[in-house]
Amino acid sequence: MKLKPAVLAIALTGVLGASASAWAADVIKIGEINSYKAQPVFLDAYKRGMTLALDEINGAGGVNGKKLEVITRDDNANPGDAVRLADELLSREGVDLIAGSFLSHVGLALADYAQQRKVFYLGTEPLTDKIVWENGNRYTYRMRTSTYMQTAMLAAEAAKLKKKKWALIYPNYEFGQSSVATFKKLLKQAQPDVEFVIEQAPPLGKVDAGSVVQAVADAKPDAIFNTLFGPDLAKFVREGNTRGLFKSVQVVSMLTGEPEYLDPLRAETPDGWIVSGYPQDSLETPEHKAFRAAYVAKFNDYPRLGAVVGYSAIKSLAAGIKKAGGTDTEKLIAAFKGLKVDTPFGEIVYRPQDNQSTMGAYIGKLKNTGDKGIMVDYHYVDGATVQPSDEEVKKMRGDK
Amino acid sequence: MSSFLVQLLNGLAGASSLFLVAAGLSLIFGVTRIVNFAHGSLYMLGVYIAYSMSERLAGGVGFWFSLVFSAVAVGFIGALIEMVLLRRIYKAPELFQLLATFALVLVIKDGVLWIWGAEDLLGRRAPGLEGSVEILGRNFPTYDLFLIVIGPVVLALVWLLLTRTRWGTLVRAATQDREMLSALGVHQSWLITGVFALGAMLAGLGGALQLPREPANLGMDMLSIGDAFVVVVVGGMGSIPGAFVAALIIAEIKAICIWLGDVNFGPFSISFSKLTLVVEFLVMAVVLVVRPWGLFGRPQGTPRHSGAPEAPLRPAGKSLRWFAVALVAGMAVLPLLQGQFPYALVLSVDLLIAALFAASLHFIMGPGGMHSFGHAAYFGLGAYGAALLMKAAGLPMEASLILAPVVAGLGAVVFGWFSVRLSGVYLAMLTLAFGQIAWSIAFQWDDFTGGSNGMIGIWPSGWANNRTAYFYLTLVLVVVGLFALRRMLFSPFGYAMRAGRDSVLRADAIGIDVKRVQWLAFVIAGVFAGAAGALFVYSKGSISPEVLSVTKSVDGLVMVLLGGVQTLAGPIVGAVTFTWLQDTVARSTDYWRALLGGIILFLVLVFPQGLAGFIHDLVVKLKPNREAAR
Repeated sequence: MKLKPAVLAIALTGVLGASASAWAADVIKIGEINSYKAQPVFLDAYKRGMTLALDEINGAGGVNGKKLEVITRDDNANPGDAVRLADELLSREGVDLIAGSFLSHVGLALADYAQQRKVFYLGTEPLTDKIVWENGNRYTYRMRTSTYMQTAMLAAEAAKLKKKKWALIYPNYEFGQSSVATFKKLLKQAQPDVEFVIEQAPPLGKVDAGSVVQAVADAKPDAIFNTLFGPDLAKFVREGNTRGLFKSVQVVSMLTGEPEYLDPLRAETPDGWIVSGYPQDSLETPEHKAFRAAYVAKFNDYPRLGAVVGYSAIKSLAAGIKKAGGTDTEKLIAAFKGLKVDTPFGEIVYRPQDNQSTMGAYIGKLKNTGDKGIMVDYHYVDGATVQPSDEEVKKMRGDK
Repeated sequence: MSSFLVQLLNGLAGASSLFLVAAGLSLIFGVTRIVNFAHGSLYMLGVYIAYSMSERLAGGVGFWFSLVFSAVAVGFIGALIEMVLLRRIYKAPELFQLLATFALVLVIKDGVLWIWGAEDLLGRRAPGLEGSVEILGRNFPTYDLFLIVIGPVVLALVWLLLTRTRWGTLVRAATQDREMLSALGVHQSWLITGVFALGAMLAGLGGALQLPREPANLGMDMLSIGDAFVVVVVGGMGSIPGAFVAALIIAEIKAICIWLGDVNFGPFSISFSKLTLVVEFLVMAVVLVVRPWGLFGRPQGTPRHSGAPEAPLRPAGKSLRWFAVALVAGMAVLPLLQGQFPYALVLSVDLLIAALFAASLHFIMGPGGMHSFGHAAYFGLGAYGAALLMKAAGLPMEASLILAPVVAGLGAVVFGWFSVRLSGVYLAMLTLAFGQIAWSIAFQWDDFTGGSNGMIGIWPSGWANNRTAYFYLTLVLVVVGLFALRRMLFSPFGYAMRAGRDSVLRADAIGIDVKRVQWLAFVIAGVFAGAAGALFVYSKGSISPEVLSVTKSVDGLVMVLLGGVQTLAGPIVGAVTFTWLQDTVARSTDYWRALLGGIILFLVLVFPQGLAGFIHDLVVKLKPNREAAR
């Protein structure tokens, strides 16, 4: 028994010894926290996107004469770990600001941490509306097209269909719940006679696809709004195809056009679904062509949406730091208000009223080419056009 | 009505899938008493191997061969795991194998990521069974009909193997009494390797058969293992027919929940579809409360083959006491070194909280002899309690820090009352069920607990809202907590608890109300876990359902086992080692999970008594020599 505490002591020495913060005046350090191991498909591409942006920026001489450096940390999909890592990045690595997060609850925890410690935070990917509205704060900006924005884009398409009876399928957590709540509200506004005949909310990752498809078919809807993604989506699509659910029913589906979720469907891809996503293979705008060419040249692989998000996040931070003339938190906050950034999706603007960027998404239809699915007939919806009124935003944000 | 019947048919297909995963686990569980966390990983491997093979081999024959090949391959992997790893630690204290299989989960997950990549892999449809047949006016997948048949076929085959062959007789004998079997001249190790391989093969088969139904993905291991445990325990450990019945019940209840959808009862609307989040754990809780050994299980005998009997606990010697004092003093000066080691304070807070959490779990697990697989429930109740007392009731931090452990204690009063009626793995699984139920409530109750997003803005009061002050607050409370737990173990109550663990009958005979003592122990452990949870929430400023999750409970188990369940410093050493390792390893490599798993495997093989246990044994061994030298 005598030596046990010695182990503790050794462990502690290790903690202490492992720390050595190197301060270099000519480097701007960005602390990036994300769920790399829990969401590897999206975040592997995201990391590559960041690398590409860093190479471009530092190759061109950096920002204000300083090189950008990104220090990444894996939060293990856990808000508690994320907060500890933020502490670590700030105290030991001496980062100038923090960025990142994929999962909404982790993003919210970091946003709150940023407010508490008065540090700038750019939420790159978390989709939750709360991070800029109900729980928004002045230290937190968010880049990615939010749940509300993507839902509003799809609700507009859904209203055009003039279908009366809708079925709703969503994963049972905040993303699914809020997307469906928004969808119901917006569709009802556009089309007051709409009826929602069934709601199915399977647990994330554990959809009993056969039973859910059956229950939806038995409710005899004219159309379906779906926000399942990942393995749940693949299961749902296969069962739906086998059971003939999609033959006579129009499906409107969120995220499904993103390569991360579309590519695994391969020959199973359902024709004609209206989806939000990123048609990387056929998008020929000059910005995107340049981005895709650089990405393919560097990594010998096509870009996923994660790559666009990672790339644009670093570009945003570089633009913000340049405009602020440094990394002072207050100056950054001011610089991000109305900040314009060039991304592979075109120019985006960080809205001064709620710190949300206007990054949009592509809305189009799925087409099965025989062995894989692609997006066709798509158009870009600018994020600025799918926002609630400024008054509503102000009400939700309070006076933050 | 026809929709209901077709849903029941869907349930049957689901039951077959569920049974196939669980059957192997039940077999392994029944014979070796190993809580095999890696069973879900073997299942996942089954899907991935089947995917790779079926993509390479053309035609119908190739596809079906791939499924069989995958099952056999996973069987081989299982045999390998048993021979290389588990066989070496059968003599370790009970449950220690759990730690090894936990490490395997980490290693296999990263291995799969490395080999197959991150993208989900949706396999082909089964040749010959691609389409559907019309049943009651609906298209029903032919493959699901095939699954409905294959479940009972596998059940029959395994049953015949166990009841009609000599090998099966020996396996059943091993389930009952391995020592006796060994005395009769049966070569046990091959028998057990065989059982493990067969169990792994069933897991692989279960996975391979899912290939046409769901994409191979990296989340399958954890998602399937929970279900598999539930089925095994509801059915009764080691009972294969029981597992089948349990799978049937759970799958049908799920199908019915989905069929019901949203139902209005007067002003209330219940979403049965959302209930599928937790329904299997509700079933398990109900079954275990009514039938403490599952539907088809029998009371377990005490295993005779586990490690050496535990030495009685002794109060700390003088030098250990001084060491503890020096350690606390050393930690107390840590803030002075903040300039040189700014991260030390941040991490120390997490280490201290982990130590208190692990010590509270150890309190019932080691000296109490009750293995809790749902200890995160009390940590989470404390954390949510503190957050809600502050956010909803408007109490200051100081008051909620005091009251939050009471909330956790109340939870333990309820859960403990049911749990202490059970023993062994059944008790463990009931605590797991309660943990999951608590988790699902926090996860679902948006208006009160913030749902899946949790709550934010829970920061300490002004005076404690800086790193140094909060560190001191944590240090004081954790040291007091650890001391109190330790002190209790040497009080009459602690002796009574240990007596109850070692022999219920003898303890009862000398007038100890064992159940009541155990219940009280549960509550005490809950209170201290709750205190750790409350400290946690104020150190992070936010809370989400993760604090109540199985992962958190498993982390606790890992800490206790890693440190050594038979020593009092074990949980502290384990908590510090594990938390620190995780923090350090996660930073050093992309494949940090595999590295962490590898380190734990190494520690498991080298220190089967746990880290503190090893040191303890070493000291005991050296002592007489020293005295002799005098």
